[in-house]
Amino acid sequence: MTTTTQPGIRPANATGKITYTPVDGRLLDVEDLHVEFHTDDGIAKAINGVSFTLDQGESLAILGESGSGKSVTAQAIMGILDMPPAKIPHGAVKYCGVDLLTMPDDRRRWVRGAEIAMIFQDALSSLNPVFPVGWQIAEMFRQHRGMNKSDAQAQAVRLMERVAIPAAKERVKAYPHQFSGGMRQRIMIAMAIALDPAVLIADEPTTALDVTVQAQIMSLLQELQQERQMGLILITHDLGVVADVADRSVVMYAGRLVETANVYDLYRNPAHPYTRGLLESIPRLDQKGQTLAAIGGLPPNLLRIPPGCAFNPRCRMAKDVCRVDLPALREVASGRHSACHFAEEVIDA
Amino acid sequence: MGKYIIRRLLQMIPVIIGTTFLIFYMVFALPGDPTAGKCGERPCPAAYVAKYRAEHNLDDPMPIRYAKYVAKTATGDLGTNRYGVKVTEDLKKRYVVTGKLALMAVAVEVVIGIAAGILSGIRKGRFIDNLVLVSTLFVISIPVFVIGALCQYFLGVKWGLFPVTVSAKPTLYELFMPAFVLGSLSIAYVARLTRTNLVENLRADYVRTAIAKGLSRKRAVGLHALRNSMIPVITFVGFDFGGLLGGAIVTERIFNIQGIGGYIFRSIYNRDGVAVVGAVTALVIVYLLVNLLVDLLYGVLDPRISHD
Ligand SMILES: Nc1ncnc2c1ncn2[C@@H]1O[C@H](COP(=O)(O)OP(=O)(O)OP(=O)(O)O)[C@@H](O)[C@H]1O
Ligand code: SF4
Ligand SMILES: [Mg+2]
Repeated sequence: MTTTTQPGIRPANATGKITYTPVDGRLLDVEDLHVEFHTDDGIAKAINGVSFTLDQGESLAILGESGSGKSVTAQAIMGILDMPPAKIPHGAVKYCGVDLLTMPDDRRRWVRGAEIAMIFQDALSSLNPVFPVGWQIAEMFRQHRGMNKSDAQAQAVRLMERVAIPAAKERVKAYPHQFSGGMRQRIMIAMAIALDPAVLIADEPTTALDVTVQAQIMSLLQELQQERQMGLILITHDLGVVADVADRSVVMYAGRLVETANVYDLYRNPAHPYTRGLLESIPRLDQKGQTLAAIGGLPPNLLRIPPGCAFNPRCRMAKDVCRVDLPALREVASGRHSACHFAEEVIDA
Repeated sequence: MGKYIIRRLLQMIPVIIGTTFLIFYMVFALPGDPTAGKCGERPCPAAYVAKYRAEHNLDDPMPIRYAKYVAKTATGDLGTNRYGVKVTEDLKKRYVVTGKLALMAVAVEVVIGIAAGILSGIRKGRFIDNLVLVSTLFVISIPVFVIGALCQYFLGVKWGLFPVTVSAKPTLYELFMPAFVLGSLSIAYVARLTRTNLVENLRADYVRTAIAKGLSRKRAVGLHALRNSMIPVITFVGFDFGGLLGGAIVTERIFNIQGIGGYIFRSIYNRDGVAVVGAVTALVIVYLLVNLLVDLLYGVLDPRISHD
C-alpha cells in the first residue's frame, strides 16, 4: 500500500487509518461554503458563501435567528446533510488542511465522530431509545477502534464518570428514558468526546434544558474544551448562553456571515444593525416588564433572497444602495468584520 | 415482571370461563337430539340413549352441566368425540399440523414481508417501493381462496413446483405453499408495517446521531433504525401467530390439511358438541397464552415499556 503525504496528514498508521495533525494549530478552514436545498418549490439557498476558521483550543460561537443557517453549516462540516435534497455547489471544508467535501465517504466516515464530533439540541431523541446508554458510548470504541466488548464498556463507564453521571457503573446499562434531560445531554457529551475529537460542534446543546441545568452543561463543555484543547463550535440563538464560553463569534443572517468579532466587542459595540437588533431583543433584568425591542419583520424566504443586503427590508438604516449592492464582509476595526455598507456608523452609534 | 405474569394469568380465568360458557351454552342449548344419527339409519336403543345422557349430564340444568364440565376440564379431560376418541388425542394430532403450518406461515411472513418492507423503505418512492405497494394492495384486496386456487394452479399444476394437496402427516415441503397462501395477507401487512416504520425511523434524530458517530450507513440503517422499526412488526407477527394457531378453515380446506380449523368445522357439521366445546376451550387458552407471551416480548423489545 502506498500512502501519499499531504499537507497536515501523516501517512497511514498500522491500522490503515490516517492521522491528522493541524498545521500551526489550525483545525478547520471553512471556505466560501454554499449549501442549497432542492425542493418542489425551487432551490432554497440556505448557505451563501460562509468562511471562517477554527483553531485548537478556540471556541467559536455561531449566532443568528432561527433559519439563518447555523445547523446547516454544522451539518455540512459533519457531512450529515441529506444529499439530496441538499447540495453543496461550491466551497470547501478543510480539516487539518484536507478538504472533507471531496474526500471519499469511506474515508470521511473515520473523521466523523473520531476527529469532529457533534452534540444536538434534543438529547432524548438523539439517543437511540432501545439501546443502553453505555452500549451507545461503547459503540464508538467498538466501531472505530475495534475494541472488545468489555474494554469498550469500561471506557463507557470512565466517560460517564468524566461527565459526572452519578453511579456511572450501575447506570451504564440503563436506557436513555431513565435519565433526566441534563443527564441525557451529559451522555451525549460523553459519547461525543469518547474518541478525543479535535473539534466538537454543539448545536444548541442547552436549548431544551432548564436554566440551572443549562449553566451546568455549559461549564462542563468549557471544562472539557480546556482540558483537551478542543476546537469548540457553539451554535445558539441565545446570546446570553455563550457570553462566558466563546472567544470569538460569528453572526449569521440568511446563510451569510454578517459580523465576526470577539464576544466582548460584539456585546459592547456591535458593528451590524442585525447584531444590534439581536442584542436589543435579549431580555434584561434592569428592563423588566418592558416589551422586547425585537427586530421587526421576518427572515427572508430562502427561495427569493432580496437583492443587495439581505437584511434591507428589516433594517432601520437601509438606504438605496442597500437594495442594490451586496455588502461584502470587510474589516471595520482590528479583528472585526461586518457586512454592512454603513458599519462605521453602526459602531460609532 | 413475575407479578405481572401472575396478574395476567389470573385475569385469564374470567375470560376463559366467559368464552367457554358461551360456546358451551350455544352448543348444548341447540335444539335437537344429540344422539340422533349416532346409530346409522335406525334410532338408537333406549339403553344407549340413557347411558349417553348420563355420561354427558344431559339431564342436569345448564349451569350444573357447565360446572361439571369445567371440573372435568381442569383435570385435563375434554371428553370423547362422537366416535369415542378422546378429544385431547384429536387435538394433539391436529395441533401438530396446525402448529407446523402456523410456524411456517409466520416464517414466510417474516422473511418475505420484512425483506420487501426494508427494500421499499430504503428505496422510498423508487420502482421497488411502488412495486411492493402495488403488489401488497393486490394481495390485500383478493380473497384467500382465490390466492390459494391461483397458487395451486400455477405453482402446483402448471409448473409442478409443489404438491397441490398435503398428506395426513405433512412434510415441511408439502406445507410450504399452504403456508405461503395462509400468510399472504399478513406478508402484505408486514411489508407495509415495516416500510412505514422504517421510513419514519430513518428520519429520526438518533439515526442522524448514528451517522454523526461515524457509523457506516449500513449500521445506522440496518441496526439503529431497523431495530426500532421491528418493534411493532414483531408484535404484529406474534399476535398473528396466536390467531393462526386457531386454525385456518379456508386454507386447510383448499389444501386438504388435517388441522384445527378443519376439526372444528367438521365437528360443528357433525353436531359433535363435545369436540366443538373441547377444541374451542383449547383454542381460547392457547390464544390467551400466546398473547401474554407477545406482550412480554414487547416489553423486551421496547425498554420504554415496563411490566411492573
Ligand atoms: N432538509 C431540508 N430541506 C429544505 N430546507 C431545509 C432543510 N434543512 C434546512 N433547511 C432550510 O435551511 C435553512 C437554515 O436552516 P437551519 O436549520 O440551518 O437554521 P438554524 O439557523 O439552525 O435555525 P434554528 O435556530 O431554528 O435551529 C432554513 O430556512 C431551513 O428551512
Ligand atoms: S447594508 Fe444597509 S440594509 Fe444592510 S444592514 Fe447595513 S444598513 Fe442595513
Ligand atoms: Mg438549528
